[in-house]
Amino acid sequence: MTTVNLKRRGRDVKGAAFKGVLLLSLIVGFATLVTLLVDVFRKGWQYVDETLFTNPPSIDPAIAGARPAILATIYLGLMVILFTVPIGVGTAIYLEEYADRRRWYNRLLELNIQNLAAVPSIVYGILGLAFIVRGLGLGQVLLAGALILTLLVLPNMIIASREALRAVPDTIRQGGYALGATQWQVTARQVLPAALPGIATGSILSVSRGIGETAPLIMVGAVTYVAFDPTILGPFTALPIQIYQWVRLPQEEFRALAAAAIIVLLGILLSLNAVAIWLRNRYQRRW
Amino acid sequence: MSVTDAPVKIAGDLQRESTPRGAAVFDVQNVGVSYDGNLAVHEVTLPIYEKQVTAIIGPSGCGKSTFIRVFNRMNDLIPNAKVHGKVLYHGADLYGKDVDPVEVRKQIGMVFQKPNPFPKSIYDNVAFGPRVLGWRKELDERVERALRRAALWDEVKDRLKKNALGLSGGQQQRLCIARALATEPDVILMDEPASALDPIATTRIEDLMHELKRDYTILIVTHNMQQAARVADMTAFFSVDIAPEGDRTGILVEYDETSKIFTQPSDQRTEDYVTGRFG
Repeated sequence: MTTVNLKRRGRDVKGAAFKGVLLLSLIVGFATLVTLLVDVFRKGWQYVDETLFTNPPSIDPAIAGARPAILATIYLGLMVILFTVPIGVGTAIYLEEYADRRRWYNRLLELNIQNLAAVPSIVYGILGLAFIVRGLGLGQVLLAGALILTLLVLPNMIIASREALRAVPDTIRQGGYALGATQWQVTARQVLPAALPGIATGSILSVSRGIGETAPLIMVGAVTYVAFDPTILGPFTALPIQIYQWVRLPQEEFRALAAAAIIVLLGILLSLNAVAIWLRNRYQRRW
Repeated sequence: MSVTDAPVKIAGDLQRESTPRGAAVFDVQNVGVSYDGNLAVHEVTLPIYEKQVTAIIGPSGCGKSTFIRVFNRMNDLIPNAKVHGKVLYHGADLYGKDVDPVEVRKQIGMVFQKPNPFPKSIYDNVAFGPRVLGWRKELDERVERALRRAALWDEVKDRLKKNALGLSGGQQQRLCIARALATEPDVILMDEPASALDPIATTRIEDLMHELKRDYTILIVTHNMQQAARVADMTAFFSVDIAPEGDRTGILVEYDETSKIFTQPSDQRTEDYVTGRFG
């Protein structure tokens, strides 16, 4: 008779240790977020009231609000979406569907975009100051801020859109071509619609990253005190800048106001991210 | 399966009589395909006859899938693939200077190994081809006719607006056949159309081929010899030459009536393959 040994051979120490490390990494990220949220809400929640949304900033914390900054941040977000989506998606379609990768200029283009995604945002700010504010002579206006955020967001948008296009299986393209469709018809009627949820998700995440930026906006002249509703060609401020300014003031009340503004900014960003997650889950496809 | 009874078994699968041979639809003359200068298929010459099923069989890596893509210029989509030689389609050279591959693919439909329905409704899948061709009149009738011809209509007529990805694998493949039929092609290429399907779905596809060859010329690539024996009138056997450096080149060994290939092959390599001694 053959004997079979099915007994456990000691404890899997390495496996357990690895699992522990993984859990620890998860906790670091999660604990940071929770601490931040708790701290901000504890300090600022009482100041998130009508005044914050309706009043301009003031030297009297009791009547100070962030209306111009909140509006400007929303305008910035909308304009950035308006500018980046057509250019970003167009570039991604060119690189994924049309570009011949054997050509050196296409490879150079790809490399450049990947590098641009890693350029620090302050550098974009300097670029914006030189070429948009002064070069184009636009001045230190909201549109200049939107354009510089557009340039900042574009590389990430292109990369995200390319990934969404690449996730569309080649069998779909071949199926289209085999029916006598042209490249334009295959791209416009099959590939792009199939990639759209992924593109939308990636776009929203890139834009939400962009409107949280402070440095490039300071460079293109977002001012800290704006007492009126922003216009596209007028001077502007933005929520991150308003927060920065309030934190610097000596009175305790302004710190609480800054916390309240952080809550609003987080609210805008997290709802954008929530839309992205909803889109992804709603239209997720299994091929 | 023992080696000795293999030919007998396959011979039992053979169709009673093959369809009488008509005119040649394709005249393939010295056609080779290379990738990056490496020859993948070497100098093939053969005619493909009208309203018959022609099977291409052979071991994996022998270039059968590469070869079938010559007929609708799908190899054009692979940047470093190059086709040489001549493919005459009703006398016209498919690789002539002023030939538009898009026009070629309108005449010569294709069904792929893995069912690849578009992630759209069943209706939109079938209607895609006609819409691309600008045939907007009587689209409903066209879609119904294609689905009926592909023996799928009864199963899907109540859910035409549902997503095609909800169909079973066999249904998806018949949908892909319906999609190809909707553009009213002359020839249908099938690249291992049943290899991802279960036996029952496979039988349905094979029955369908018998139906369709009354109106269409069908080319099928298959690694399943019994399938070739069951559906094909003519069979081409491809083998693979492996160079000392490891480059693999597909070569046409024998092309004849299917019954000849399976019962009295004239080449030793064919006999070894169909009797199961190789491959």
